[in-house]
Amino acid sequence: MDISFALTGKGYVIVAADTTAARSIVKMKVDEDKIKVLSPHLLMAYSGEPGDTVQFAEYIERNIRLYHIRNTYALRPPSAASWIRRSLADSLRSRRPYAVNLLVGGYDTSTHTPHLYWIDYLGTMSEVPFAAHGYGAYFALSLLDRYHDPEASVEEGLATLRRCLDEVAKRLVVTPEKYKVKIVDKDGVREVEI
Amino acid sequence: MARRYDSRTTIFSPEGRLYQIEYAMEAISHAGIVIGVLSKDGVVLAAEKKVTGKLLDMSGAKGQSYGGSGEKIFLLNSNVIGGVAGITADANSLINYARQAAQRHLYMYNEDIPVELLAQRLCDLKQGYTQYGGLRPFGVSLLYAGYDPHYQFQLYHSDPSGNYSGWKATCIGANNGTATSLLKQDYKEDISVADAIELVLKVMSKTMDSTTLGSEKRAYYLALRFVFRKRGAAQIADRETTVEFATLTLDAEKKPKAKIYNPAEIDALLHKHGLAKKDEEGSVAAPIPSDQTV
Repeated sequence: MDISFALTGKGYVIVAADTTAARSIVKMKVDEDKIKVLSPHLLMAYSGEPGDTVQFAEYIERNIRLYHIRNTYALRPPSAASWIRRSLADSLRSRRPYAVNLLVGGYDTSTHTPHLYWIDYLGTMSEVPFAAHGYGAYFALSLLDRYHDPEASVEEGLATLRRCLDEVAKRLVVTPEKYKVKIVDKDGVREVEI
Repeated sequence: MARRYDSRTTIFSPEGRLYQIEYAMEAISHAGIVIGVLSKDGVVLAAEKKVTGKLLDMSGAKGQSYGGSGEKIFLLNSNVIGGVAGITADANSLINYARQAAQRHLYMYNEDIPVELLAQRLCDLKQGYTQYGGLRPFGVSLLYAGYDPHYQFQLYHSDPSGNYSGWKATCIGANNGTATSLLKQDYKEDISVADAIELVLKVMSKTMDSTTLGSEKRAYYLALRFVFRKRGAAQIADRETTVEFATLTLDAEKKPKAKIYNPAEIDALLHKHGLAKKDEEGSVAAPIPSDQTV
């Protein structure tokens, strides 16, 4: 039931994910953070099988951190996304695969460009200007097709995201009440209220 | 009794030295020189190839896909050129290792390996021989000329102990002291790649003739200069090329472009730079008969 969105703009990526943790029909928690900060300029929103998600996200988080410590510079977003995709693809071919869907957004400080990657549990990856996972995707993608602008400012980007969240709130039967929104740009990662 | 500690690569001598490592470095200081210069828009590598003999069949080497005769300068990855000094057989093994490490990185991360990381990979291997042992360490020093988006153009040097360091201009092999002081004298910050090529060739020509000992070699190098300066390119092309040369720059799409010069291109380059100083040493070069030139 997790819903996550992400979109790029002029020099930034916005990543949003709902904050509910549910089991069966019961809401267990409404302030769960499903967006990990992997490195100073890299975000990852994760959704999917409960348990798998946190386990896999922590594994990725620690390994990206380890690379950063060993090599003094962090992996750039394209390389990090490739490595994450490979981890998922290797997992898929193991005895007990992770069922995790990801949105990886980052800002490349060496080329000064934002990058967003859509990755699913089968190890499919594509670089996209905007993306969504979960039921939210059914409502938001057409909106994003209409309103997304790669040259938009942060305010305009947040307004576009707002449209998506409102549409989901209006039309989806079981709608989450809260979202966490994080932005990554040249200054790093920050959280914003929406 | 100093020899008691000589044969082990992993045992310190009482003065706290590892003799095998020092011997390995000694072996390198007899090898043909390799010079590297970093500039703002590229890196230049040049190497002196010790001539093995005129009967050596080099016709196979010319067919290599990326040019060059492949004795001293190698393509390690699309963004890194390596120059080696030391035992050639050891170098071949290390080059293979480097290429594999680079491809492994490409497989894992879908990006060209950062230059420093490649240097680290090789140094980890070389360091292993100073601690875990084996029969002997690698008798090879390498220069890595490369590009990556993190630090742009870079030049690294690594030695048999597994130490590595980054440089603006450096050299390894015979006469490296002379060459280093020449580089120190003439290197300028913000040098362009064209100037770096000129600097490298200048240092190369100076270190090759004035300080090399041995009469035969001396005659050879004087003759070499004579050939460069007095004759046309056509005749130079007949001789075996004794210099290897490579540059790493960016192409129009800002992707790293490694160019290892083939013999004809090197001769053209030498001719271009050699001709500039044409007549000044005519009297010195003239007495040497032309059939001593090989």
